Amino acid sequence: MIEIQNVHKSFGKLEVLKGIDLTVEKGEVVTVIGGSGSGKSTLLTCINGLEPIDTGKIVVDGTEVHAKSTNLNKLRQKIGIVFQQWNAFPHLTVLENVTLAPRKVLGMGKAEAEAIGEKQLKHVGLGDKLSTYPSRLSGGQQQRMAIARALAMSPDYMLFDEVTSALDPQLVGEVLETLKMLAEEGMTMICVTHEMAFARDVSDRVAYFHKGIMAEIGKPEQIFNDPQHPETQKFLASVR
Amino acid sequence: MFGYTFQWNQALARLPKILDGAAVTMEVAVLSMLIGIALAIFLTLLRLSGSRPLGAIATTWVEVARNTPALFQIYMAHFGVASFGIHFSPFVSLLIGITFNNAGYLAENFRGALKAIPETQTRAGRSLGMSQGQAFRYIILPQMLRISFLPMTNQMVWAVLMTSLGVTVGMNTDLYGVTQDLNALTFRTFELFAIAAVIFYLITKIITLGARAIAWRLFRY
Repeated sequence: MIEIQNVHKSFGKLEVLKGIDLTVEKGEVVTVIGGSGSGKSTLLTCINGLEPIDTGKIVVDGTEVHAKSTNLNKLRQKIGIVFQQWNAFPHLTVLENVTLAPRKVLGMGKAEAEAIGEKQLKHVGLGDKLSTYPSRLSGGQQQRMAIARALAMSPDYMLFDEVTSALDPQLVGEVLETLKMLAEEGMTMICVTHEMAFARDVSDRVAYFHKGIMAEIGKPEQIFNDPQHPETQKFLASVR
Repeated sequence: MFGYTFQWNQALARLPKILDGAAVTMEVAVLSMLIGIALAIFLTLLRLSGSRPLGAIATTWVEVARNTPALFQIYMAHFGVASFGIHFSPFVSLLIGITFNNAGYLAENFRGALKAIPETQTRAGRSLGMSQGQAFRYIILPQMLRISFLPMTNQMVWAVLMTSLGVTVGMNTDLYGVTQDLNALTFRTFELFAIAAVIFYLITKIITLGARAIAWRLFRY
């Protein structure tokens, strides 16, 4: 369970999160929508401790993320994150990209890591690309590789930060299909996205962020058919 | 001017000795590169450490290495430190001087290479649970070495050529030193130095071509 309690976060004078409260249960899929600069991506990087927070707290399975005593390297093993820019490691093959962390972080043997890597790559449809270098892959394939790379650590939670935003339109579908598949398998996920159809289809709950505040959260049918907050209404009218 | 009579036979008869010198030159160059690369990585880490004093040490090293003559650096490593009662053999002094120079230039190359690697690479590693050190070692370092591979081969060529400065600290077993001693013995100046020059050229050419072959083999991504 991820508990976010009254989290405030500023970059310099700009306050990007103004008191966020959100609890995500195991197995739940929450999508976060909202305009640029609404703080939704920042929230994800705070959840796995890549960004510090100013006040409030984030607790993952009982561990407070930003407590001094927390071993972030350990904690991050159970929170996978995939970014808008997939950050393939260019000097490693697809399989090596996926097995690096299991081997070096979890101390797995080569054979064991490769078995897991192969399984995860097949899972995202890259079973035939194991020994290819990322530069030979399309953006969509690299993004799916990044997803497999995160999954190879067997995380309990997956965070997706606008994972389709940097892709050519015709490649968006294959990545969204992969996310859908994970959601159906019961992965706990928080997805920041601009893909409204995707949010409507896969989410248990949809949160609308506006200027650092979670203006509204609810079931997708409610958010999309009957938004309560005027900002949500405005936003959804503009993206339709 | 044209009264000089070439006597190539006399010079060529000394070729085995000259080649022995070439082996010593290679020894110095290779050692100075290996230690130089290790030191340059260390200097890079100092610069990345975020600590001002440590960064200043690295920057001073790089500045001195790149902005003073290599001859001065080798001279200091021999006669300079001798003023404080530290005495190195010519071989060691030459090695220290060239290694100091290599480390400085390479650290600067590495700095440029690091700029070419997006910061998000480290972030991606950290988000997979790697420590800062692991992310550097497994993700950043290999890319840094690959990006700076060609400048590194340049430095290797430069290291070979710099060994000729060893004569100023009494080095007489390297390619240049051997040639100079043979010249004093035979006065076949043009012939001996021409042979040495050809050998220098061949060594550096082999390094350049070898590096290209290695690059082709290693960097296929």
